[in-house]
Amino acid sequence: MMLQQQREVDAEYLLFQAKREKAFLTGSEAVAEAIKRANVDMSVGYPITPQSEAMQLIGELYQMGYLQDYYRAENEFAVMASIHGASLGGGRVFTSTSGPGTLRAMEMFPVWAGARQPIVCAFMCRGLSLPPSIQPENIEMGMLLNTGMIMLHAETVQDYFDMILGAYAIAEQPEVHLPIGVFADGFFLTHTRESVTLPPSDIKLKTYNPSAAPVPCFNSETPPLRITRDPLLNKSNAISYGANASWHQEILSASIRSKKHINRYIGGSLETENPDAGIMIVASGTAVSQSREALRILHKMGIRAGLVKIKTIRPFPGEELAAATARASLILVPEFNAEGWLSREVMASLDRNSRVVSGPRVFGGMTMPPNLIVNEILSRIS
Amino acid sequence: MNTWINKPTRALEEFLQTEYQNLLGNGPFSEGNGFEKLGTYKEIIEEHSHCAGCGVALGIRLAMAALPSPKDTFIVGTPGCSFFSLSQAAVNYSNTAFGNQNAVASGLKRMLSIRHPGEAKDVVVLVGDGGIADIGLDMTLHSWFRGEKITTIMVDNELYGNTGGQESGMSPQGRIMNMAPTGKKFPKIPIYDMAKQSGCCYTAKVAVSNPKALADSVRKAIILAREIGPTYVQIYTPCPTNLKVPSHQTLKMAREAEKGYYGFEEFLSSEGEKFLDAMR
Repeated sequence: MMLQQQREVDAEYLLFQAKREKAFLTGSEAVAEAIKRANVDMSVGYPITPQSEAMQLIGELYQMGYLQDYYRAENEFAVMASIHGASLGGGRVFTSTSGPGTLRAMEMFPVWAGARQPIVCAFMCRGLSLPPSIQPENIEMGMLLNTGMIMLHAETVQDYFDMILGAYAIAEQPEVHLPIGVFADGFFLTHTRESVTLPPSDIKLKTYNPSAAPVPCFNSETPPLRITRDPLLNKSNAISYGANASWHQEILSASIRSKKHINRYIGGSLETENPDAGIMIVASGTAVSQSREALRILHKMGIRAGLVKIKTIRPFPGEELAAATARASLILVPEFNAEGWLSREVMASLDRNSRVVSGPRVFGGMTMPPNLIVNEILSRIS
Repeated sequence: MNTWINKPTRALEEFLQTEYQNLLGNGPFSEGNGFEKLGTYKEIIEEHSHCAGCGVALGIRLAMAALPSPKDTFIVGTPGCSFFSLSQAAVNYSNTAFGNQNAVASGLKRMLSIRHPGEAKDVVVLVGDGGIADIGLDMTLHSWFRGEKITTIMVDNELYGNTGGQESGMSPQGRIMNMAPTGKKFPKIPIYDMAKQSGCCYTAKVAVSNPKALADSVRKAIILAREIGPTYVQIYTPCPTNLKVPSHQTLKMAREAEKGYYGFEEFLSSEGEKFLDAMR
């Protein structure tokens, strides 16, 4: 296939106004379709299951001319470092990884946030060793909660497509300018096919404008004369401590300022079903889909329950969640990991958190049958 | 670089610090203020917080004076002794994490080539021996295998200086150091030879006591990296603090090493040779 001529459009037009057509895609294919329309300058990849196919498809986009540069790097730390260098140079970048790759690259995520680079990275979550597992799990998200990155969690293939494009629009806002991780539960999303709608492929996002960034582009075309992008702030004096602390505060503030753009580009931090119900399930990722099935089963049994789908893990929508669960007397948090990081976030955000049941949780590649959620609820209300 | 972006409006010029005015008026960015005129103009690095007699500081100062196009040079570094002066240098500088410098430089160079095609934007890694040969060895070598158009300069003090003089892969065999309480068990990592094997079109090994050869090597390395591919310069920069040698004896140590295992060496690929011949 050859490169298609593409017209640059606003993110609003691309995401909401352009007439969409139906397609039947895996999550990996949806990632490539998003990048095809994202006007990305450069991408760097490294193979790891279940992420490899998405980055292979982006390699094909490069070969067709949709990206200016692309290569397979030596490991994930090098991938994230190279992507960082490319982003410093003032272009739009993309990469992705999974599980052990995420941890290998870990040191770079706070660097991205600290350097205020609007990098978008897709995480296709899987289990971590030992014992080895390539199976779906999102334990790595619990380990990335405090890197300074904005974190979005996709429930469906459609979410994944829309969130990746929305992520560029959010990340590149001058008042935000932070990296965004777009997370999906591996295999469940990456390797299953779903019906989605896509805007036409002859349009793409506008070119990234580094001169609107809150930090100077590293290209020697941007004043001041010399730029130390990463000043030495580890000297033992009060000025260094103060500068370091205020910089970190600013990263946290930028994350909070992203909320209005999150509302605009991905329709808010959370979505609710039956918000007035006394029983609420709070979930993110594919656990939301399983919870929807549980609601259906409960409905047939004559039990009314509601659902909160959390779309942004960072910034965590604590106040919105508190409002959405204000009437609930039982709050269930089903998760695809052993640690229960989401239930801890939920409990930290709510008053009367004895209402929160931390589970059910599955991991190691296990699926989450809706009845597991239903039975948990039945056992609590009987 | 568009030099106009650095020119203050005339009405405000007098309010600029003298240091800054000197940098603009009689600094490294003015034509002809290169290594040869060192000492007569405002340098890229004038003040730093290195120890007295620091070999690394001298190596960096000389390398900076030799940059063929300082205004369009991007130094990629790491945490460690090297960043004490580099973070205060009047040249674009970024350091991120320890050991990833050649990967950051690869991405940066590629993006600058996308966004500024045909313009000479020199991406130079300037890092210590630990960063290049130990923790970042895979990324150093892979950037060479891939043929990235970047220059890698090692300031080799043969130890981890900033953390207090621990053994590095570049320490000489047998030396007793922190973390090598019974002496280092293996020889210096042959990174200089590995550079030749791994795709560098130009390599040089030079001691800080040989400033002319040092400047010449840095200049050649950067110009060849622009046009052909990766280049490598390894500078011996002894550390009096951690070797417990009086600070005025740094150059003496370097001169002695020059007579022994750190004599000047240079390698130029046939492609590199052709290019330099055509320039002459």
